[in-house]
Amino acid sequence: MSLLAEMNQKALTLGIPISVHLDITYRCNERCVHCYLDHDDHGEMTTAEIEDILNQLSAAGVFFLTLSGGEVLMRRDFFEIVEHARRLLFNVKLKTNGVMIREPEARRIRELGVEQVQISVYSHRPEVHDAITKLPGSLKRTVEAIRFLKSQGLKVVIANVLMASNLFDNTGVMALAKELGVSYTLDPTITPKMDGDTSILALRIPGSELKQVFRSQELVGNVEEFCAPPPPPGEDIMDGFPCSAGHTACYITPYGDVFPCVQFPLPSGNLRQQKFIDIWRTSSQLKEVRSIRARDLPTCSTCAHVGTCTRCPGLAYMEGNMRGPSTADCEKSFQRTGVPSANMLLGARVGSNGSLIQIQGASCT
Amino acid sequence: MVIAEKYIARSSAIAARLIGGEMMIMSAVDSTFFTLNEVATVIWQSADGRTALSDIVTSKICPQFEVDPDQAGRDAEQFVSDLSQHGILMVSEQPILNSPASPPEAQ
Repeated sequence: MSLLAEMNQKALTLGIPISVHLDITYRCNERCVHCYLDHDDHGEMTTAEIEDILNQLSAAGVFFLTLSGGEVLMRRDFFEIVEHARRLLFNVKLKTNGVMIREPEARRIRELGVEQVQISVYSHRPEVHDAITKLPGSLKRTVEAIRFLKSQGLKVVIANVLMASNLFDNTGVMALAKELGVSYTLDPTITPKMDGDTSILALRIPGSELKQVFRSQELVGNVEEFCAPPPPPGEDIMDGFPCSAGHTACYITPYGDVFPCVQFPLPSGNLRQQKFIDIWRTSSQLKEVRSIRARDLPTCSTCAHVGTCTRCPGLAYMEGNMRGPSTADCEKSFQRTGVPSANMLLGARVGSNGSLIQIQGASCT
Repeated sequence: MVIAEKYIARSSAIAARLIGGEMMIMSAVDSTFFTLNEVATVIWQSADGRTALSDIVTSKICPQFEVDPDQAGRDAEQFVSDLSQHGILMVSEQPILNSPASPPEAQ
């Protein structure tokens, strides 16, 4: 077991939220067609409120802090927030579109000791990328930002969300990542909007194309192993829980709402009304999430994929039942292995949601 | 054994958190991950740039862990050498001013 895995296990045992994803704003300078957020400002937290929350997170034992949005640099106090976070010795990762990052911003990010910057790139072709972001010139600005960050010696990851309109561009984006000397992650995840609107799910890539993605050696490494039929689940699988959401991780909105995960919008408390540690320890919603084991899932516990599926409880929740299947993951498991899920065999409609996989490119550094 | 006067300070390019008595440290430069045992954690927390390493050993390590001063001194030297090679600790023969604040402790 790696040191990191050991610490995660320790955090789980001690009930420590080792990772928090904090969106500091939902405002954005892009209008991506697949975005799940409402970009209007409905009263986001002030600098003082965010700094107080960071103090609370530090005291609660949070180590990994992801600052995201919206576009994080839309906040004028962005660097003040990062500075405060770094003073508290968080491991800080940023998610940004990079459009507002020039040489001075890149230098400041490096000086503050940010560990990683993740930047969304949808295509290597400006006409495709800019059509998705609805911001002319955005690819050019984003690629320039990556170069500025790299020149500072920062670790940069390109996140390539795959959807119908950029379906065949992942190879080009991967080549771009290689040329820039940065890591590459493919993400065919299109999630419903936070308010439950599912209209953007029409942008997802068709299942048959997903099958093709899963058979790309460049993306998944050993295809035979990756696409192998699932082995029978052991008792440890049935006693396991699906992911870290609510167990060692949670999500905080710009308005102070606490959810188990950014993709699991189950209201569990608000930091304008309660202290973080009280929400983390006493929220009935988080307790319910923590109580669920694989054997408690009515359909999924009978599924051949129960031990290998990337079932997202958040997507299941957005489909109406956090103990139910996440149909996007049913489809993913099916497209990957050719073995239908229990939910598919029950005749449920499959494919109403996006998928939930993050594939690290094997050939990029 | 006489410990040479050394002053140690934490690098600002790290992330750290005390979890269950163990200090987790990650370098922002190369993402190397470390965990420190209780003794090493005390040394690391005391690395304020102003307290000599010998004082840290005699005033904090020896009384708290009931260890032999010579052995503790040698172990502390080795520990400081290891962490400084990874850029986690800065070492100087003079006090290091403006060193980063102490890491907050988790509940």
